[in-house]
Amino acid sequence: MEPLSLAFRERAARALHDPVLATAMQRLERGWQAARARAAADLPEFEALRDAAVAIKDHVLANLDLYLEEFERRFTAAGGVIHWARDAAEARAIILDICRRAKARTVTKSKSMVAEEIGLNAYLEAQGLRVIETDLGEYIIQLAGDVPSHLVGPAVHMTRERIAELFAKAHGGPPKQDSAALVAEARQVLRQRYLEADVGITGANFLIAETGSIVTVTNEGNAELTQGLPKVHIALTGIEKIVPTVAEAFVFLRLLARSATGQEFSAYTTFLTGPKREDERDGPQEMHLVLLDNGRSRMLGGPFREMLRCIRCGACMNHCPVYLAAGGHAYGWVYVGPMGSVLTPHFVGIDKSWPLPNASTFCGRCEEVCPVRIPLPKLMRLWREEAHKRGLAPPAARVGLTLWAFFARRPALYRLATRLAMAALGALGRRRGRFSRLPFASGWTVSREFPAPQGPTFTAQWRAARGAKG
Amino acid sequence: MADSPRVALFVTCLVDLFRPSVGWAAVALLEAAGCRVEVPEPQVCCGQPAFNSGDRRTTEDLARQLIPALEPFDYVVAPSGSCAGMLRRHFPELFEGDPAWSARARAVAAKSFELVSFLVEVRGMRVPPGRFSGRVTYHDSCSGLRELGIKDQPRRLLRAMSGLELIEMEGCEVCCGFGGTFCVKYPEISTKMVDDKAARAEASGAELLLAGDLGCLMNIAGRLARRGSNMQVRHVAEVLAGRLDAPPIAQSRG
Repeated sequence: MEPLSLAFRERAARALHDPVLATAMQRLERGWQAARARAAADLPEFEALRDAAVAIKDHVLANLDLYLEEFERRFTAAGGVIHWARDAAEARAIILDICRRAKARTVTKSKSMVAEEIGLNAYLEAQGLRVIETDLGEYIIQLAGDVPSHLVGPAVHMTRERIAELFAKAHGGPPKQDSAALVAEARQVLRQRYLEADVGITGANFLIAETGSIVTVTNEGNAELTQGLPKVHIALTGIEKIVPTVAEAFVFLRLLARSATGQEFSAYTTFLTGPKREDERDGPQEMHLVLLDNGRSRMLGGPFREMLRCIRCGACMNHCPVYLAAGGHAYGWVYVGPMGSVLTPHFVGIDKSWPLPNASTFCGRCEEVCPVRIPLPKLMRLWREEAHKRGLAPPAARVGLTLWAFFARRPALYRLATRLAMAALGALGRRRGRFSRLPFASGWTVSREFPAPQGPTFTAQWRAARGAKG
Repeated sequence: MADSPRVALFVTCLVDLFRPSVGWAAVALLEAAGCRVEVPEPQVCCGQPAFNSGDRRTTEDLARQLIPALEPFDYVVAPSGSCAGMLRRHFPELFEGDPAWSARARAVAAKSFELVSFLVEVRGMRVPPGRFSGRVTYHDSCSGLRELGIKDQPRRLLRAMSGLELIEMEGCEVCCGFGGTFCVKYPEISTKMVDDKAARAEASGAELLLAGDLGCLMNIAGRLARRGSNMQVRHVAEVLAGRLDAPPIAQSRG
């Protein structure tokens, strides 16, 4: 997916005029924020769990090589085949190769953000494979030729009416009006596809080192059908998803659903350890795991390491006023909201994404609700530093900052200049107490009055009243 | 020191330039709390505009310019959660691993406070000196709330004022969309955010909106005025100190 993040401001401005999106975002804000707050309040040890999760992740990240090796041993011993992919192209080629060897024509897929990250669907389709998304949201997105706008609810920007139209067009028949009928229709269509599929591709929420298991979490049970019915199962995930033990996986499972949707637990949580064994009736004959680096090991060794704690719950975007105003598509690439503003520059380059880490008021709500306490504002600021070093900000912003810094570094000159400027501005604005228009401040005055200064600066008044000290 | 600590008022650039009356209200409150107040020079800015624009060098230079001025005092107090948060939380971060400045930044950080939390937590103020009657609502500025834990302190003082009725608006903890340079970098999103804030403030039924940060207040007042609202906007220090002679933010005299 070609990143469109440089156009964030324009895309966001357009999104602000979309009444459908506004309704969807309001629903998200009212529904999921309240649900998460309730879930957190109902669990006395919620904060302690967050601390435990941070400690586990930090420990794993500090010993990632060891845990990956242990996981590989166990996963292989259980009969799985592991594939290490350095980047997106390698991961795509590995997956295509497995599909080819399985003589696959139809591939079912449960939701995977890593698959979005590597642009898997478009690639497989270009190679002649039929790819069917089985997560309801992803299925809708696929029918619409759209991209996800949220980590957990990829079709969160759509309305029921639009979905009914899409279904009618794809499945035939008149558009259904109520949600239950739409879900039933999707389920019926997808059931057949599960049976037709030669290969099933899933993501993996966690990898457990001590058992070599992968863990999938869904609310629809589609991961189970995707991996269990076809002959070949391919799981695809990032190398940071390791947890040491089953017990520790539960620390994250208890946090994940609560942080994401406010559920105590997701409806379907499956631990998969190897393909079908001889004495088993169900399961794939082959189980592959594609472990993707794609810049993650570079992140591990640098100042962005904390970002690798992310468990993709979406709480940061559910609570982000910028995301809730602009919607996910404004971000212009796969990962959206605050976590996307930190991750996207890693994947597409800061020169193609610098508006994203700048699109934050640093209000701090993302960090406040992040189950693994990622300091998202701090990490966005690091990207701003990188963008500043490379001179990526627009000229007006750079000139403004340089001019301000020139005065701020020279206190005596600053005093004189501000005294004169405020006296003038104060006199001009005295009658109304505000300005409706000001040169160089159109970004403000386009929608707000600009409060007039009172006139003499505080420091000047203080000096006159109490004399200079210090 | 126990009786009358020497306090450096870090007045903040916005208060200095736009609303000196907030600075005087802060002086009155600090003196009522038994402090000896001084306004040390040079103080220009805590450096946030540079810090949040990714200009680390200018940020560090400004911090190195400010720290020596603040060192001689028992406390440093700012009528802003955002600027106090910069001193308390981010100054030590800036100089991490810098042998010459790390300890100095940490020492200044440890004695730096936002005004209202300083009055309540350090000086034990229970009843503020000001008098006010009317219905007010309080907006929690982001940095104060999330970096410094300022939530209850201003409400405790406001509730102690007889005649003042505190009404909570919906979403009092949601950002107003100011965000320093954010409001001019992304004016469309910022407008949506401040418009939501203004609408919620109006819907609360309060006649006066208060907060502890002038940036947020100018943003909210500016939007309310553009909406044609009669709602008044002031810094919380003005009400706590009872210094209401200056017209509300973005309003004219009389």
